[in-house]
Amino acid sequence: MSALEQSAVADRGGPAQPLLSVKGLQKHFPVRESGALPWVKKGPARKVHAVDGVDFAVAKGETLGIVGESGCGKSTTARLIARLIDADQGSLVFDGEGVAEFGGMALKDYRRNLQMVFQDSFASLNPRLTMEEAIAFGPRAHGLPAREASARARALLARVGLAPEQFGGRYAHELSGGQRQRVNIARALAFEPRLLILDEAVAALDKSVQAQVLNLLRELKEERGLTYLFISHDLHVVRYFSDRVMVMYLGQVVEIGAVEAIYGAARHPYTSALLSAVPSMDPANRTQRSPLAGDPPNPIDPPAGCRFRDRCVHARAVCAEQAPRMLPLDAGGRHFARCHMNDLASGYASSAPAANPEAVQ
Amino acid sequence: MSLALDAGSTPATLPAQRSRGYWSRVLRRLSRDPVTLACAAILLLILLAAVFAPLIAPADPFKGSMIKRLQPIGAEGFLLGTDELGRDMLTRLIYGGRQSLLMGVLPVVLAFGIGTTIGVIAGYVGGRVNMVIMRTLDVFYAFPSVLLAVAISGALGAGLNNCLLALTLVFVPQVTRVAESVTTQVRQLDYIEAARMSGAGPWMIVREQVLGNVLGPIFVYSTGLISVCMILASGLSFLGLGVKPPEPEWGLMLNTLRPAIFQNPLVAALPGAMIFITSICFNLLADGIRSAMDIRS
Repeated sequence: MSALEQSAVADRGGPAQPLLSVKGLQKHFPVRESGALPWVKKGPARKVHAVDGVDFAVAKGETLGIVGESGCGKSTTARLIARLIDADQGSLVFDGEGVAEFGGMALKDYRRNLQMVFQDSFASLNPRLTMEEAIAFGPRAHGLPAREASARARALLARVGLAPEQFGGRYAHELSGGQRQRVNIARALAFEPRLLILDEAVAALDKSVQAQVLNLLRELKEERGLTYLFISHDLHVVRYFSDRVMVMYLGQVVEIGAVEAIYGAARHPYTSALLSAVPSMDPANRTQRSPLAGDPPNPIDPPAGCRFRDRCVHARAVCAEQAPRMLPLDAGGRHFARCHMNDLASGYASSAPAANPEAVQ
Repeated sequence: MSLALDAGSTPATLPAQRSRGYWSRVLRRLSRDPVTLACAAILLLILLAAVFAPLIAPADPFKGSMIKRLQPIGAEGFLLGTDELGRDMLTRLIYGGRQSLLMGVLPVVLAFGIGTTIGVIAGYVGGRVNMVIMRTLDVFYAFPSVLLAVAISGALGAGLNNCLLALTLVFVPQVTRVAESVTTQVRQLDYIEAARMSGAGPWMIVREQVLGNVLGPIFVYSTGLISVCMILASGLSFLGLGVKPPEPEWGLMLNTLRPAIFQNPLVAALPGAMIFITSICFNLLADGIRSAMDIRS
């Protein structure tokens, strides 16, 4: 048993305790002023509300899918969780322990428990390193002797289905996209992590390779008791791969619930619109018009009240007046949505319909 | 051919085999480029001649003769004629390579080391550190490099060491700028984020993940600077700020032979020809290495 495995954090809280809890995560990027004198203030500082108060928890051993349009804050959320960028606000609790806070777990230990696979398989591999060196880098950074790190790299290559004799000495440009993504998965597994963030990890692969990689990820999950955070814009893949689904819109979570609840009985108009945008396999069910019109509003000045109201078919006056809360919709407390229509106390029922030119009637 | 086949179809039983390494591939590509090879050969010849000057030079570089001044090329006993003090030109050109190559190469080597260090730090750390470093170096860009070299050299006083220092200072900002821009590009790539995720410290990331990807372009750029540096060095010597007479140095020789341009133009042009040949060889060599290193072309 190597030093690396000994020091890995064991399952402490038991199966009932969430592996990762995210509370009030927020990141606003300052808008860089342009012009000849960028530091001269021309007005109030403007900010892109990339992630604006995101709360959720990931249970041990589950796959949580995160979906949403481009620019909704999926990837920023992933990077905030990975601590690749620092959050403005919010806290991360990993298996009952605060991350990088007083009395909590050190960032280095946290990162050993959490790894990430990126979308661009080519950019995420150093062109000057062989695949074996690329995988062995992390374990070496944690103090594993070079020889053991290489042995581990070869074992991992074999595990992800690449013969180490054949692929260990190759460079990134000598591999296909699917093979590269397998190497990236092997690299992420080099620490025995408990949580894997898959940021559009299969989006760039063609369908047949995508299925192979997804099956590999499934096997690895069974085998090592992994928990996945699966970020994707592909609703079919998310449905196939996830246990629960979280829908994001403009930096906020709008709905979260089990796959069946989201795909079968969505309670937020945005989720319904997203799902009806999925092309059907049956030509008789061909969609004749776009279920969602327009683009998401500018995240620099998100609309007051509900952020989706400009594009929502059901918008009423109350939607502009107050921001909807995240409400539990079932007895088990697993299905939540952020919409006034589900909130009897919101006054939605008595509110006047809003004139909404963008929404498709 | 058999080699290429082996790399593709390695049987699974063999130990992990590195597919042809990056540098061996670069060398292979270089060996197929006749222009680059010719330039390298000429430079090697000049370098060897300079190193072994006492063994191969036909005469004493300092011993002149008042009777045999400004002999033409091909004169008896003087293959390339004599200079204004009757010293053998061939000997002095061979010896001159010592100082000229030193003054052309050493400042660039020093600037490569210093500039890469500063530039990679600025590029990797980014933010304010980057701004302070790069804006400070921008000050040097306000002056044309010739003027800057002359000014620094003039302020420090004549002499070989001061001249080397001045030239190094001229090239540090240029190398730094290239190093900074390449590092900034590399830093935002996913593999650096993956390395950060692995918990490695910045020093280890820079050493193992960044340097390998930035040294190539910086090296090629610096090689191209050698020719500029030689010309600047010759210029400094020409102005009397570098090497002192009677030391043989191409720039200085060009200066001292200047009055003889009407009596014996061919001999007077020889040091200039040497500067030209050497610098163009360095330029073409840099170009060749650049294209050989671009492995995906």
